[in-house]
Amino acid sequence: MADYTIAKTLDYKGLACPMPIVKISQVIGSVAIGDVLEVHTTDPGSLADFPAWAKTTGQAILETKQEPGVIKIFVKRQK
Amino acid sequence: MTLNVEKEIAELKAKVGDMPGAENKLTMIVFSGDLDKQLAAMIIATGAAAMGMQVVLFFTFWGLPALRAPQKKVGGKSFMGKMFGMMLPKGRNKLTLSQMHMAGMGTAMMKGLMKKKNVAGLDEMYDLAAQLAVKIYACQMSMDLMGFTKEEMIDYPGLEVCGVATMLSHAKESSIQFFI
Repeated sequence: MADYTIAKTLDYKGLACPMPIVKISQVIGSVAIGDVLEVHTTDPGSLADFPAWAKTTGQAILETKQEPGVIKIFVKRQK
Repeated sequence: MTLNVEKEIAELKAKVGDMPGAENKLTMIVFSGDLDKQLAAMIIATGAAAMGMQVVLFFTFWGLPALRAPQKKVGGKSFMGKMFGMMLPKGRNKLTLSQMHMAGMGTAMMKGLMKKKNVAGLDEMYDLAAQLAVKIYACQMSMDLMGFTKEEMIDYPGLEVCGVATMLSHAKESSIQFFI
C-alpha cells in the first residue's frame, strides 16, 4: 500500500478533455515539491493523459486506481 | 582530454540553441471558421499550455470572425466591408459546424450535447486560454481585406494585430506548428 500522505484531493469528476490536464497544471505550482495530489476523474482519457502530461512537465504519477465510477490518480510534484 | 569534451559540449549546446524549433513552444494558424475546427484549436492550445508550452495562435482568413466582439459596432466601413461584416459570423458563438449543420439544427444539437457531456465551449476555452497566457494574433492583411478593425475585436488580454513575418518567426522557434 502507498506510503505517502495526500496534500490535497482534487475533484475533477464530470470534466472532459482537456480540463483535467489544464486544471492540474494550474494547481501543481501551488503545492510544495514532493507533495502528492489525489485527483478524482471520470474521464477515461485521463488514464493516458496524466502520464503523458507528467512525462512532459517532469512530474510523477505514483499510482492510478480504477474504482467503480471514479478513476483516482496520484500525482507527485517533482519540480 | 576532459577539457576538450567540455568545450565540445559547450559548442554543441550553442549550436542546438540556434536551431529552429528549439523552444518549448507551439504556433498554430487558425484559418478555418468552422466551429468544430475552432474548438479543436482551442483544446490543443489550452492543452499545450497545460503541458508547459508557450502557445501562439495566429487567426487568419475565415478564422478571423471568431475574434469579433458581438456587442461592438464600428462605423465608417466601405460597402464591401459592410457586406463582409454582415455575411460573416459576428463572434465565436455564431460559428457553425463544418458538417451536419442542417440549417442550424445540427449545430444547436452539438452545443446541447457538449453541455450535457460537460465538454467546455468556446467561451470557457477563451477564458482559460487568457488565464494560461495563450497569445493571440489577428492577421492584418485578412482584416484589411474583409474590412475588420481592431476596435471591433474581443477584449482578449494581449491581443495583437500582425503580419506573416511575426507568425513565421514564432513558427521557426516552435517545436510544434499546426495549421487548422
